[in-house]
Amino acid sequence: MNAINTPADLGPMRDYCQAALGRQKVRFLVCAGTGCIAGGSMAVYQELQRLLSERDINVDVELLYEGKESDAGVGTSGCHGFCQMGPLVRVEPTGTFYTRVKAADVPDIITATLDENSEVERLLFKNPDGSRSVTEHDVPFYNRQQRIVLDKCGTINPEDIRDYFAVDGYQALAEILQHLSPMEVIDIVTASGLRGRGGAGFPAGRKWLGCHKAGGSPKYVVCNGDEGDPGAFMDRSVLEGNPLAVIEGMTIAAYSVGARYGYIYVRAEYPLAVVRLQKAIEQAKQYRLLGENIMGVDFDFDLYIFQGAGAFVCGESTALTLSIEGKRGMPRVAPRPRTTEVGLWDKPTLLNNVKTYAFIPDIIRRGADWFKSIGTESSSGTAVFALTGHIANSGLIEVPMGITLREIIYDIGGGIPHGGTFKAVQTGGPSGGCLPASLLDTPIDYDSLDEAGSIMGSGGMVIMDENTCMVDVARYFLQFTEEESCGQCVPCRLGTKQLLEILKDICKGKGRKADLDLLYELSHSVHGGSVCGLGQTAANPVLTTLRYFKDEYEAHIFEKRCPAKVCKDLISFRIDEEKCAGCTLCARACPVSAITGEKKQVHVIDQSICIQCGVCKEKCPTKFSAVECVSPKLVMEVA
Amino acid sequence: MNPVTITIDGLAIPAQEGMTILQAAQANGLYIPNLCNHPDLDPAGLCRVCVVKIDDWKIAISCKQPVKEGMVVSTEDPEVQRVRKNTVELLVANHPMTCLTCERDGNCELQRVARYVGLEPTDLNRYRRSVRSLPMDRSNPFFEIDHAKCILCGICVRTCDEIQNINAIDFVKRGVASLIGTMGNKPIAESRCESCGECVVRCPTAALSPRHRVQPMREVKSICSYCGVGCGIRLGVRGDQIVGVQGDRENPVNGGSLCVKGRFGYHFINHPERLQKPLVRKDGELVEAEWDEALDLIAEKFSQHKGEQFAALASARITNEDNYLIQKFTRAVMGTNTIDHCARL
Repeated sequence: MNAINTPADLGPMRDYCQAALGRQKVRFLVCAGTGCIAGGSMAVYQELQRLLSERDINVDVELLYEGKESDAGVGTSGCHGFCQMGPLVRVEPTGTFYTRVKAADVPDIITATLDENSEVERLLFKNPDGSRSVTEHDVPFYNRQQRIVLDKCGTINPEDIRDYFAVDGYQALAEILQHLSPMEVIDIVTASGLRGRGGAGFPAGRKWLGCHKAGGSPKYVVCNGDEGDPGAFMDRSVLEGNPLAVIEGMTIAAYSVGARYGYIYVRAEYPLAVVRLQKAIEQAKQYRLLGENIMGVDFDFDLYIFQGAGAFVCGESTALTLSIEGKRGMPRVAPRPRTTEVGLWDKPTLLNNVKTYAFIPDIIRRGADWFKSIGTESSSGTAVFALTGHIANSGLIEVPMGITLREIIYDIGGGIPHGGTFKAVQTGGPSGGCLPASLLDTPIDYDSLDEAGSIMGSGGMVIMDENTCMVDVARYFLQFTEEESCGQCVPCRLGTKQLLEILKDICKGKGRKADLDLLYELSHSVHGGSVCGLGQTAANPVLTTLRYFKDEYEAHIFEKRCPAKVCKDLISFRIDEEKCAGCTLCARACPVSAITGEKKQVHVIDQSICIQCGVCKEKCPTKFSAVECVSPKLVMEVA
Repeated sequence: MNPVTITIDGLAIPAQEGMTILQAAQANGLYIPNLCNHPDLDPAGLCRVCVVKIDDWKIAISCKQPVKEGMVVSTEDPEVQRVRKNTVELLVANHPMTCLTCERDGNCELQRVARYVGLEPTDLNRYRRSVRSLPMDRSNPFFEIDHAKCILCGICVRTCDEIQNINAIDFVKRGVASLIGTMGNKPIAESRCESCGECVVRCPTAALSPRHRVQPMREVKSICSYCGVGCGIRLGVRGDQIVGVQGDRENPVNGGSLCVKGRFGYHFINHPERLQKPLVRKDGELVEAEWDEALDLIAEKFSQHKGEQFAALASARITNEDNYLIQKFTRAVMGTNTIDHCARL
C-alpha cells in the first residue's frame, strides 16, 4: 500500500501499519529531539543498531512491512519533554523508560531486555524518595500531565508516515472529507472552545469562520512556527516530534476555509524541524495527502516551508506574512483589515500557531465535547509549557488549563533544586510578567494570567529562585525586546531603549529617585502607544516587577543594595578573618590577583582590584565558608 | 463621499466619509500634533504623536483612523496627553540640542510638537540622553544626510516610493539601530537616487538639508527655464542674487514638484562665465556684439545656405511655442524638413 486513493483506504492502511509494527517483539525508541541529540542520543541509537545486528537480530523496519517477523526494532522518536534527564530511551511494549543513557549503557539495556526480561535499574528515573520509576507513567514529571499535542511526540518515529498512520493519523481528515462540510468542521472547532495557542488566545473557530467568509482567491493557510521567546521550545518539539499532526491540522483548516496553498513559517535555527517537515511533506504528497485531489476527492492543497531568519518580531502575524512576501518583517499599523481578510499577498489568510493546528486532528476524531471537558470554562484544552530556570525537572510539559502554578512548579517540576526558595515565575516570554510566590495558586488560563499582569504567551515558563535579582531580570528582558524591536514606531524603538538605560543605571547603583515614576509612566506609554502586540507588551516585565518587587527597586536606588546580591556594581566579596584558614585556594583562583595573603595566614581581598566574579566564594571549602558576599558595596578605606 | 459630523474636543465639525480624523481636523483648521504625516503621502502611523481617544475608550492614531458619523474624539484626554508627551520626550531625548545653529530652527516640526505638548526642561532631565554619532552622508553634491537629527518618520522613504517611484532609500538595520539608507547602506551618491530633492523638502527636521542654503530676503514667482514642462518655481532672492529655488505648490503644472536641475541647478544664473551677450568671431576671435549685429550676420549667412544643405536642432530649454516657430522657420523659410529636437527620445 503506497497511496490513499479514497478516504476509505485509510482504515486498512492503519491496520496494515499497526500489524507491521506489531511484528516487532521489542522496540527501542531513542529520543531524537534536539536536546537529546545534543546530549549524544544518536551515538546510543547507532550502538543499539550495531549490537543488535551483531547478535544477528533483524532490526530492519522495512522488512516488517513485507510481512516478515522481527526480533527487535530500533527507532527514533521526537522529544519526550523530559530534556533534563536526556538522552532518553523507551522500550516498547513494556514502556520501560531509561534516562541519561550513554552508548556504554547499551549492552546492559539489550541484555536486560532480550535475555533477562528485566530492567537496568541504574538508568531508571530516581524519584525524590529514592525509589525508581519503570515507565513514564510512574514518573511524577509525567503523571500529573495530560498530553494531547505531545502525546505522540515520544512514541512515534516522526520521519516515517506509517508510524503516524498506525496511531490514527489522517483519520480526522478522512472523516471530514467523507462526511463533513467546511462549515460543519468550523462548527466543531468553535464548539471545542479552542483558543489560539500563539499567546493572545483568540478563539480559533471565530478566526476560521472569518477566513471562510472572506472573499478573494486564492486563500492561504499559514502556520506560525517562529518561536522566538528565550527559553521556549514547545513549537520546535511538536514540529520535530509529530510534524504530520500539524500538517493534517493545516490540511483540515485549508478544507474548512477554502485555501489552496499553505506555508509553514519555521525558524532557520530549527534545522531538525525543517528536515522533518520536509520529509513529512514529501511523504504526505507521496501518499496523496497533499497536492491535487487529496485522497482522491475534489480538494487540492499544497504546502510549503518558509524559513525565517530569526527576527523575534516576525512571530507577529502581519510581520510574518510580510516576511513570506520577501519584505521587511514589520507589523502592519492599525487600523488595518484582519489577516483573515487581507493577509498574505493581500489575500484572505488563516494564521495559527503550530500547537493550534496540532490539536485539530484530535478534536475532530474525539469530538468538541471531549476537548471542552478538559481545562476551564473559558480556556478549554491543555497548555504546553517549556519549563526552565531554577527548577528540578526542566523540560516540556502539557497540562490541562486551570492547573495552578504551584502544581506545575512543585508537583511536575519537582520544586526548586538545591534546597532553594521560590521567588518568581515568568510566564509568556519577554512580553510576559514575573509573578511572586503569593500568586502561586493562580490558575493557568488566559484570563487569570492577564489579570495578574502577565500573559499566557506561547508557553515559556521561567522559574527563579531567591538568588535572582528582579531588577536584573527586568533589565535582561528589556535588553531582549530592545534588540528585537523592529524600530518602526517611536514608543517601542526609543521607549524600550530608555527603559533599558534606566534599568541598567539602577543595577549599577546610579538609579535616581525619579526613576520609579518614570519607569511606570514610560511603561504605560509604551503599552498605549506602540504599533503592535510586541511593543504593547514589551514593558510587562518592568510593570510586574515594579508591582510585586518594588522593594528591590527601592533597595537598589536608595540603599545602593542588591538584595539578591547579583548586581556586580552593588556587591563586594569579603574574607572573614575568623574563618579564613589561609588555604590559598581563593588567591590562586582569583583571575585578577586581587587576593593576597601568606599560607596559613588570613587572606585579604583588595576591593580596588576585585571584579566581583565570585570565584573566591566558589573555591573556598565549605568547611571554612570564609568568603561572603555583601551588599551594599564595601566602602574602600582611603589610606 | 457622504458628509458626516464628528466632535473633536467638544467642537462639532463637518467631514466627509473616507477622511481620516487628522484630515478632518486639518480641513477645519484644527491642529493635531503629528510628525510622520504628510498631505502628499499615504499615512504611515509610525510617530504615534497624533494619538487621540475615540468615544472615550479607544486610543487610536488620528492619521489613519477613518471618521464615522457621531464619532467623539478627544485630543486632550489625560491618557492621550501622557502617551503623546512621553513619545515627544523620547524623541527629544535622542535629538541633538543644536537648534540655534540648525538650518530648520523655527521651521522644525519636532520643535513645533515639543512646544505644543509643553515640554519642560525638568521633564527632559529625567531621561537618559543619547544622540546618535553616525557620520553624516555628504556624498551628494546638493544635500546632506544627518542621521543624528533623523526621527525615522519615513516621509523621505514614502516620498521616494509613492511620488517619485525611485525607491532609492528605505529603512536599514533594525530597532534603535534603524536608519534611513540605500541599498547595501552605501553613500547616497552611489545609489539610484536622482537628487530630485523631493525628500529634502518634506523632511520635518534637518536630517535632510540642502547644501549652501542661504536664507532669502524675498521670493519671486517664476517658471523654470530648463525645459518645456514649465514648472512653477519660487526663487529665493537675496540682494540681486538667486540663493534658492522652491517648487510652487500652487502651480497646476508641477504642484510643487521639481527635478534635480530645477531645484538645485540655479547657480549658472549668477555665474561669471555665463554668456550675457552674443559673441561674433572677428579675425579668428570671439568678440562681444550687439543683438542686431549678430542677427544680421546670421540672416546673411543663412540666406546663402537654404535647402537641403541646412539642418536645425532645437533645444528643450526653450518653450513649445519657440520650438514650433523654429520648425516653421526651417520648413517655410529655409526650405528643408531636416529639423530635430534634443529631447525627442
